[in-house]
Amino acid sequence: MDYFLELFSSGMVRGSIYALIALGYTMVYGIIQLINFAHGEIYMIGAFVALIVSGVLTIYGFSGVSILILAAVIAMIYAAAYGYTLEKIAYRPLRNAPRLSPLISAIGMSLFLQNYVLLAQTPDFLRFPELIPEFEFMEPIAHVMGSAELIILVTSAITMIGLTLLIKFTRVGKAMRATQQDMTMARLVGVNVDQVISMTFIIGSVLAAIGGVLVASYIGQINFYIGFMAGVKAFTAAVLGGIGNIPGAALGGIVLGLAESFAAGYVSSAYEDVFAFGVLVFILILRPSGLLGKAVKQKV
Amino acid sequence: MVDTMNKLLEVKGLTMDFGGLRAVDNVSLDVYAGEIVALIGPNGAGKTTFFNCVTGIYKPTHGDVMVHPPGKKSQRINGFKPNRVTTFGMARTFQNIRLFKNMTVLENIMIGRHCRTSTSILGAILRGAGSRRQEQETVDRSYQLLEKVGLVDEADEFAKNLPYGAQRRLEIARAMATDPFLLLLDEPAAGMNPQETKDLDELIVRIRDDENISILLIEHDMKLVMNISERIYVMEYGKEIAQGNPQEIRSNPKVIEAYLGEEADA
Repeated sequence: MDYFLELFSSGMVRGSIYALIALGYTMVYGIIQLINFAHGEIYMIGAFVALIVSGVLTIYGFSGVSILILAAVIAMIYAAAYGYTLEKIAYRPLRNAPRLSPLISAIGMSLFLQNYVLLAQTPDFLRFPELIPEFEFMEPIAHVMGSAELIILVTSAITMIGLTLLIKFTRVGKAMRATQQDMTMARLVGVNVDQVISMTFIIGSVLAAIGGVLVASYIGQINFYIGFMAGVKAFTAAVLGGIGNIPGAALGGIVLGLAESFAAGYVSSAYEDVFAFGVLVFILILRPSGLLGKAVKQKV
Repeated sequence: MVDTMNKLLEVKGLTMDFGGLRAVDNVSLDVYAGEIVALIGPNGAGKTTFFNCVTGIYKPTHGDVMVHPPGKKSQRINGFKPNRVTTFGMARTFQNIRLFKNMTVLENIMIGRHCRTSTSILGAILRGAGSRRQEQETVDRSYQLLEKVGLVDEADEFAKNLPYGAQRRLEIARAMATDPFLLLLDEPAAGMNPQETKDLDELIVRIRDDENISILLIEHDMKLVMNISERIYVMEYGKEIAQGNPQEIRSNPKVIEAYLGEEADA
């Protein structure tokens, strides 16, 4: 039973990270029907910024939680700046181009950012400090769920609830939904669509950075390539849940994380990716538009 | 009522080419404060293209679109993005209804207020007194507008669930939410039954009289056009063939020809 719970909690942790990153994919897709392949790289850059900041802060004598929070905030700001710039230079000029062009541009940005970090930092794995503190009250159940896992789950849950409220109730959220449903009409009722799209990239990037910092400090090492696999998995999660659908991305992430964790635990960790993508194929056969996705009519 | 000293919209020599096709050819049109102006013409005459040029969806090939917002500086708005045109004070509706279907009636109106409010994400998260007051004002103003078009009871309904006539009225209310001085209505009566058309007729006049919003409309329903418009412009094959008050238009031979076809001579 403990083994099951352990697998369950580690599946939930993976899943919630996938969900955080998947939200960025799905929000961008929902608004401009673009798969932002460079999104995984934003996550990686978030982790690198956090590593650099925490190194600097340690020298200045900060410790523990204060480093975690400061590093996360600065990583979020950096990621936001990257996301904003990415959209501005790589996607906005192609807004009215055929759909393949921005896709290629996205792949190009992904490769560029990977290699930029490779050159500017290092090709090696770097040790990431354990920034998440151990809580004493977690001792009794530490064998199924540790403090880091708890922090990851709670942070992701709060972030996702926050995002839902933001989209449902705020002025910006309404503008985002309106833009998603009919971009031209949104412009005609006075919504600055370019600003809304920038905002979408910024929010998605901030979520990815949160994911990056959490994972890096949970796993303990990073390199320039971590964004690729995380991006692929999160994209899978987004498709699984129904791309363009925000609760779908969260659900897809969790389903994928659990599938991987149970496959690794009960079958073999060598097969976890096989199971993860097997689940994707299986669900897409039954529900081609994803778990929560609606069949959309092609807009003409 | 019509203030002929006060021109709101002034279009001069507007031409729009699509490749080799001239959809709008040298059309000029003015709207004065407090006026209801109709733009009519057979299908394919270029009326909607004209609207698209004026509201920034297309950038006209030639010509000037000038707005003279009351109390503000005049501006040439050719090529401005639609959201800027809306911010200047011109709002429009579409021939085929384009509501945000998966949002509630109230939210549709609140989106219309978007360009008149300014709460940022940070403001929304911190919920300072200013942003809360602004949010409340937006909701209040939206309810006022819903009351004007008789949709208060449906405020929390999804827009897609409204009957056709109500969707039309919602679209007009959403356009009004942007605080325009000029409302451009593209075939507001299309697909409406006679009763709905009559209600619409009253609604349009009421908007002009109570809200002090001038109106430029494209319409095929001649009864509606003749009833409410002060002046009428007629287009055919992209050209402006006549203008005048309803009596003049009714008896203008060119207009009759455009609508009924040329007399067959042998």
